[in-house]
Amino acid sequence: MKEDVLLTMRHIEKRFPGVLALNDVDFTLRKGEIHALMGENGAGKSTLIKILTGVYQMDGGEVTIEGTPISIHSPQDAQNNGISTVYQEITLCPNLTVAENMFIGREDSAWIRHKDYEKRADEILEKLGIPTRGVTQLGRCSLAIQQMVAIARAVDMKCKVLILDEPTSSLDDKEVNMLFKLMRDLKAQGVGIIFVTHFLEQVYEVSDRITVLRNGELVGEYPVEQLPQVELVAKMIGKSLDELSNLGEKNEKAAEKNDVFYEAESLSSSQALPFNFKIHKGEVNGFTGLLGSGRSESVRAIFGADKINGGTVKIKGENVKITRPIDAMKHGIGYLAEDRKRDGIIAELSVRENIILALQVMNGFFKPISRSESEAFADEYIKVLNIKTASRETPVGSLSGGNQQKVILARWLLTHPDYLILDEPTRGIDVGTKLEIQKLVLKLAEDGVSVTFISSEVEEMLRTCSRLIVMRDRHVVGELKGDDLNQAQVMKTIAGGEA
Amino acid sequence: MNTKKKFNLSLGQLTIPIIAILILVVFNLIRDPSFFSIGITQNNDGNSVLSGNLITVINGASELAILAMGMTLVTAACGGQDISVGAAAAIAGSAFVKILKSGDSISVGTVILAFLFACVVAMIFGAFNGTLVAVFKIQPMIATLILYTCGRSIAYWINGGATPTVQSSIITAIGGFIPGIPVPTPVLIVVIVAIIFKLVFHFTSLEILTQSVGINGSAARLNGINSTFIKLLSFIILGVCVAVAGCIGVSRLGLINHETLLIDIEMDTILAVAIGGNNLGGGKFKISGSIIGAYVIQMLTITLYAMKVSSTDVKAYKAIVIILLVVIGSPVVKAKFEKLMTKLRSGKAKETVKGAE
Repeated sequence: MKEDVLLTMRHIEKRFPGVLALNDVDFTLRKGEIHALMGENGAGKSTLIKILTGVYQMDGGEVTIEGTPISIHSPQDAQNNGISTVYQEITLCPNLTVAENMFIGREDSAWIRHKDYEKRADEILEKLGIPTRGVTQLGRCSLAIQQMVAIARAVDMKCKVLILDEPTSSLDDKEVNMLFKLMRDLKAQGVGIIFVTHFLEQVYEVSDRITVLRNGELVGEYPVEQLPQVELVAKMIGKSLDELSNLGEKNEKAAEKNDVFYEAESLSSSQALPFNFKIHKGEVNGFTGLLGSGRSESVRAIFGADKINGGTVKIKGENVKITRPIDAMKHGIGYLAEDRKRDGIIAELSVRENIILALQVMNGFFKPISRSESEAFADEYIKVLNIKTASRETPVGSLSGGNQQKVILARWLLTHPDYLILDEPTRGIDVGTKLEIQKLVLKLAEDGVSVTFISSEVEEMLRTCSRLIVMRDRHVVGELKGDDLNQAQVMKTIAGGEA
Repeated sequence: MNTKKKFNLSLGQLTIPIIAILILVVFNLIRDPSFFSIGITQNNDGNSVLSGNLITVINGASELAILAMGMTLVTAACGGQDISVGAAAAIAGSAFVKILKSGDSISVGTVILAFLFACVVAMIFGAFNGTLVAVFKIQPMIATLILYTCGRSIAYWINGGATPTVQSSIITAIGGFIPGIPVPTPVLIVVIVAIIFKLVFHFTSLEILTQSVGINGSAARLNGINSTFIKLLSFIILGVCVAVAGCIGVSRLGLINHETLLIDIEMDTILAVAIGGNNLGGGKFKISGSIIGAYVIQMLTITLYAMKVSSTDVKAYKAIVIILLVVIGSPVVKAKFEKLMTKLRSGKAKETVKGAE
């Protein structure tokens, strides 16, 4: 047993100004093991990973690889010690070829021999069963393939420890399966894999062991078969699931009787094909479908985020024109974008400034929100949404993902919208916050706000939405409500099978 | 405790320029304490005015400081710099002179009219640059390269190939001293421009909108911000600064020389923004930093001249000091320094704990 141990981290401690991010955390990785690292946002997963990859320096503790203590001061040190990471965001160069990406920065001579590299790349890709070729430009490959190329690069660099940080968050089911096959192959070769993800099912599908962190402390390490999913969730959030899943009743019946708030007829944009859509006051509905089915593109068209090509839009029965986000905002529509980093946060601005941004824009150029007013707003929403931040002046980029999401939610809530569009509000955030957001959605609906909700997790949508619009290949292919709102029916409609 | 933290943060960006100024002051005090002597002398017009090296520094940096304020805004919104400010100032100055010379005599009204005309001209050229950057998404430096190249030729056309002179006590007062006020007028104008900026930030949401556009244009757009407008606006505001600087430059000499007016000032302007701790890639900014940056540059130049360094050598010495400033202000050095500070602090904390025991 002892000689199987590949990597140990003992008594790891890491301080940030004002926070103890990791407190006496132990972690052990064995050869040929897929080890899931689980925890809510802010639990310390990312910090632990960053210590291992040399991004952060630990303040205390010890790291050993195959029994030898090592010190990691830079990502280069990590690589030299056989530790490789594939991040959620692809960090390769999309305009270079696959082969160039695999060998960039590790050329063994001053001359780059493209032919050699392409040949070697093809061999490795074939061995790992990755369906692409060395000469292909990386940007032309799907995200899944790009990720696999990143893994292939790591493997070829003789890595012993492979860290996969949220590798599946932008992949569809088929691609996830391809990735899992690759992970199992690597495991068979004796590579130790640390797998960080928010998708619980995936943990159970592929992992051997689970280490759970909470609030910077180690909760425990468990073989996967000894930790049922419900218990895992309970350990991550420190509460039992029963008390959390008690979300309250949906108000589907009531909403249908209300007036229609928003109605679009054959609305189309540069990204979305014409579609019809309406939502009642106080209703929660959702767009569902696979990635790329056009669900995000459709809500973007509602908000005027892309160039509008045609269609008529009515708000409270009156014809309106929404061609830019500001038009939508003036009509009481808020939109929480799918890509939080790219379209949501203004990373270097403070929590306060991020919260007031949309309201400020709506107020107009000549009506700035005063400092004291904005402080009051920020304090109020930090409290209401339970945003964990050192202060309201902390740059939002330094918050954890879930708290960043709450800041953006606060931004839109502050505008007191009549209609809120939430595109993947729960992606990449922890279970506890997920439930908080779901509860919030239902509460908003009770207060008469219409909400359109998009999530990759069908279960979550079933729990919150009273009507689901199903999309496939950029077309609306069905609308489900009432008794049809169940997992099987949704899947069937998405897949296009006959009832 | 909260306010204390805020204070620390705001000091962060200004630390380096302030330290730079202090070092220059101390250096000069040691070198020659009379450097700072401020006297009251009679000028040619018989006014009692302030004089001395320090006054020369503050007065001489006026155009640079005004341009640096506008440049800060362009930098923040567009993540790039306008290298045509010198050439555009020559155009604005020429336009200023054109109106001044159009009538028989120069009254206060003519000067105001001439200044407004210069502003409009500079704003139009600013809008031209701004359109290239904001609408056509051309890199700011490339976009403004056009005006940088042809600006002084345009000024030449406006002047009809000559270097017209302006004889007027009003213009002399703008470039020098207003009778009865011992402070150089350009310095007063800097103060006025700075106050206007402060007021604009107070009465509009320009600051947060500009920073949002500069940090994350995509998110800014989805929050309803018209980033094209904000970028264009920053160039137009810089245009006003250019006109003010151009008019001061003309008034100092009483003539417009399109070849030499504010020559090479664009690089010093960008440098002032950088020394002021502003990120040249856009985003968060501090106008005050850029102003201090402008005075650092001017102080350095005057110090070198006071040390009898020849004007050809001055540039080389300036370069050395600026390299030092920029390296010290770089994120790498800052991070190292902060680490050292936390180490020292935690060491002290431990000591006090021990002491308590």
